[in-house]
Amino acid sequence: MKNVLVVGNGMVGYKFCEKFRASQKDGDYKLIVFGEEPRPAYDRVHLSEYFENQDAQKLELAPREWYRENNIELITSERITSINSKQKEIETSSKKTYPYDYLVLATGSSPFVPPIDGVDKQGVFVYRTIEDLEDMLTYAAKLKKEKPNSKATVLGGGLLGLEAAKAVMDMGLEPHVVEFADKLMPRQLDNSGSNILKQKLESLGINIHLSKATSKILGNGKIEGMQFKGADRLDTDMLVISAGIRPRDELAKTCDLEAGPRGGIVVNNKMQTSDPSIYAIGEVALYNQMIYGLVAPGYEMADIAVEQILGSSEKFMSEHIDMSTKLKLIGVDVASFGNPFVPAEEGHSILFENKINHVYKRINISTDGKKLLGGILIGDAEDYNMLHQIYLNGMALPENIEDLVLGARSEGDDSFGSAMALPDSAQICSCENVSKKDICGSLLEGEATNFKEVVCQTKATSGCGGCKPMVTELVNETLKSLGQEVKETICEHFEYTRQELYDIIKVKKIRTFDEALDACGIGHGCETCKPLIASILASLYNDTANKEDVIQDSNDKFLANIQRNGTYSVVPRIPGGEITPEKLITIGEVGKKYNLYTKITGGQRIDLFGAQLHELPGIWKTLIDAGFESGHAYGKSLRTVKSCVGSTWCRYGMDESVSFAIELEDRYKGLRSPHKIKGGVSGCIRECAEARGKDFGVIAVEGGWNLYVCGNGGATPKHAQLLAEQIDNETCIKYLDRFLMYYIQTAAPLMRTAAWLDKLEGGIEQLKKVVVEDSLSIAAELEEEMQQLVDAYECEWRQIVENEELQGRFKHYLNSDETDDNLVFVPMRDQKMPKAW
Amino acid sequence: MNLSTYETVKNTDANVWFEIAKESDFPKNGGVCIKYKDKQIAVYNFTRKGTWYACQNLCPHKLEMVLSRGMIGDEGGIPKVACPMHKKTFSLESGENLNGDLEAIAVYPVKIEKGIVYVGFSE
Ligand code: SRM
Ligand SMILES: Cc1cc2nc3c(=O)[nH]c(=O)nc-3n(C[C@H](O)[C@H](O)[C@H](O)COP(=O)(O)OP(=O)(O)OC[C@H]3O[C@@H](n4cnc5c(N)ncnc54)[C@H](O)[C@@H]3O)c2cc1C
Ligand code: SF4
Ligand code: FES
Repeated sequence: MKNVLVVGNGMVGYKFCEKFRASQKDGDYKLIVFGEEPRPAYDRVHLSEYFENQDAQKLELAPREWYRENNIELITSERITSINSKQKEIETSSKKTYPYDYLVLATGSSPFVPPIDGVDKQGVFVYRTIEDLEDMLTYAAKLKKEKPNSKATVLGGGLLGLEAAKAVMDMGLEPHVVEFADKLMPRQLDNSGSNILKQKLESLGINIHLSKATSKILGNGKIEGMQFKGADRLDTDMLVISAGIRPRDELAKTCDLEAGPRGGIVVNNKMQTSDPSIYAIGEVALYNQMIYGLVAPGYEMADIAVEQILGSSEKFMSEHIDMSTKLKLIGVDVASFGNPFVPAEEGHSILFENKINHVYKRINISTDGKKLLGGILIGDAEDYNMLHQIYLNGMALPENIEDLVLGARSEGDDSFGSAMALPDSAQICSCENVSKKDICGSLLEGEATNFKEVVCQTKATSGCGGCKPMVTELVNETLKSLGQEVKETICEHFEYTRQELYDIIKVKKIRTFDEALDACGIGHGCETCKPLIASILASLYNDTANKEDVIQDSNDKFLANIQRNGTYSVVPRIPGGEITPEKLITIGEVGKKYNLYTKITGGQRIDLFGAQLHELPGIWKTLIDAGFESGHAYGKSLRTVKSCVGSTWCRYGMDESVSFAIELEDRYKGLRSPHKIKGGVSGCIRECAEARGKDFGVIAVEGGWNLYVCGNGGATPKHAQLLAEQIDNETCIKYLDRFLMYYIQTAAPLMRTAAWLDKLEGGIEQLKKVVVEDSLSIAAELEEEMQQLVDAYECEWRQIVENEELQGRFKHYLNSDETDDNLVFVPMRDQKMPKAW
Repeated sequence: MNLSTYETVKNTDANVWFEIAKESDFPKNGGVCIKYKDKQIAVYNFTRKGTWYACQNLCPHKLEMVLSRGMIGDEGGIPKVACPMHKKTFSLESGENLNGDLEAIAVYPVKIEKGIVYVGFSE
């Protein structure tokens, strides 16, 4: 039996134990791990979460029982004080000795405290252990009692320092960050990136002081301020030092292990120190002349040391170590990967900066334009995972390289490839070193059948969790490729597709959400199934959104589109785009009275932006008194039927397109559907109404109207296709009734007509059969159902204006008549706009 | 507008019970916003479950005062609210962000006495 001793029960020491026992259940090796801290290893990476709940157990990587169950002896609150490498023995602070065959040093590092005059004063802290956090909390609580607006300063504007700043802010102290360099996160960011980050943090209430060299900590016994070189000073009641780390290599000196000039125990690519039976891993190990202050390389080192000790494979530590990082600070995304700084002679940088939204992106490309070398993302790091993978795997770049910076420029569209395009070897989860092959393989080989089981099998996503979106995509796509068409059920509350649910609700004559849940669902519903059922109920009975406002999407609940700052827009219906001067004047007067930003929309009507919740009923009263109705701009429902001026005025016009557009808009207004529906009517094939870019479009031709369906603009533009030719008004309406009703009954949620047609087996030919030839013998029923909806139409804004009780929800506070004092508008040309995020 | 204004109050820590309104003034299965000093608090009457919840009105995503206008529901048995802006969801019990890694929101205890709704604060 051989003795393996691990010194240090931190993140990497723990990982070593886990990997060791995964390969070597029991038998030949006795494993003892020593930890100086009082508790078993915990997740230091998520240390800051301790502030939220003060629950140390939640951070534990494994409970004490786990060590017992796995035959590992865990000795806590015991520091190792020396190594006798000749005797192959170690000694503890309580003077016990233990013999070893292999010794693994995983002693991590300690915060570096610069030798500033006065750092030993009360109120100065470091940020590394649970005890450090407990001390900070106690001190902060005391401060707040004595002095309500106390200040806390963090020394160091690096990754950790910013996390600490957020922590002191959450404690209710006024946060300051002091950084010696002239920028924040100097190792990861360039100047522009740092500037944007600084502005963003300042807008969140964190004060940033750059280029400050601290010469003295002021105060009598306890800290009261900091003196900088030059004459400046900063008053502060507390200080958290986050100025870098120093490896805990004390033990090396007790047995002459080779150490680096600036600390760290030297290791080779087997993780062996200068004494072959002693290994060093994690933040204490000096590999390639570097200390890696991140957990992923530490985990890889643990893996290598296990393999080397057990002699189970000839695996070596990677030559190149990826230092990409994503900051988990609230309110701002910050990520840096590969080489963030590439100089001009080695590559080109593509830059994007939006000072209004505090977004900065820099992507570095090799001189030949073929390889991604690294980059910086601030304010929007959504594409980090994919960019990081492209960088790590040296993947081909998209045709338009700027896509890498501008990202997916349309909703739901990955402009630069999906995770499935990655090579099998791509490392998806770097914390647990899980490759794409591991993830897809666990599904392909039947070891796992869903996301949760994949996580159990591979441990992917269980570290920092940053890879979750990618793992989800891989799981879903692999399942699809296995033909396990993940049945598109609505959500955990309803095991049905939208069409199935539509039929159930219709047959059972269900009228409310709770009835639906009780009849065929479980649980209490969610933001997916509530609006979906609301839409089905509306499509079946044309109940307005007022009937059950709490199951409506926010926009439908308040019958207005919510805007960036929580105000709303008002869009009255202007059928066909035709409007009298009197009505225009009313809109103008309303806009003026309520100081609303006014714009002509792309749908031939007028949008008034910036109305507060409590103003909506008043605004609509004026509009309705002047003859307007709701424009349903907020609903998944008919929007507009756009028209051109047609034969009324136009010298080419073949028919009265405006009259017909108004007739169609009036017929289908208020119609709730799986997605929005837009129409258009053009007076001739010059097509000024862009009818073929709509869900339904009508164009006047010799001998009647041509009817086109299933077109749209938007994210995936599609031209509408010809359904019937040279038909008269009446026939056109008949076909439209059938077409729209058929779509409403069978489409998936949020699926527009074009996507629906794409999925319809037989395509447009099949649709023609159903709508024109009535091959399913449902035409009469569809027409009748549509007629019922048309007859049941009511303007939902009129309902509100005429019923005081319904106005109750249009109020910011239940218990006060005050209005939201958080709204800030800034001028925009001659009008206003919300202050940027 | 500052996230640090809001801190979770445990039922046992509440020492101020602020009176809001009659139970019947609240919409069923929906939320409202109330004002307490400088705080905006969202209060939900989860009628279907027969429970009440309160949390900060401020969404940590884009710092908008909108959570009271969100839709409530549950996920794996955890009661939650979905922000009306971008549908980030938060547990109404722990405040945790269920579909992302945003900062948890602060939650507050609610009690009903003689048909009157109170929210608990710790001063
Ligand atoms: C105001 C307007 C832009 C403008 O200033 O002109 C606008 C504004 C919005 N559009 Fe639009 N769209 C507007 C015309 C259009 C058009 C042009 C048109 O209708 O001819 C299109 C392309 C045509 C089309 O839809 O086929 C258009 C394609 C979209 C899409 C993409 C739809 C798609 O299928 O890909 C969305 C997103 C969605 O609906 O999911 C969208 C969503 C939105 C939303 C609702 C986004 C949101 O949820 O907040 C915007 C709300 C503004 C508001 O609060 O009122 N808007 N939007 C236009 C209002 C028209 C109207 O009078 O109702
Ligand atoms: C607040 C914070 C946030 C962080 N965030 C991230 C992040 O987002 N991403 C990332 O990759 N990394 C992050 N890190 C860094 C990461 O936590 C470390 O890289 C990792 O913990 C290193 O593991 P380790 O086992 O080498 O050292 P440690 O986790 O420090 O463990 C070493 C252990 O050994 C014990 N020890 C030392 N000497 C002795 C001795 N002589 N006898 C007995 N025991 C001893 C120590 O008490 C300690 O418990 C963060 C660190 C902190 C503090
Ligand atoms: S108005 Fe339409 S196109 Fe313009 S930003 Fe909004 S959704 Fe996008
Ligand atoms: S503001 Fe709440 S989800 Fe974006």
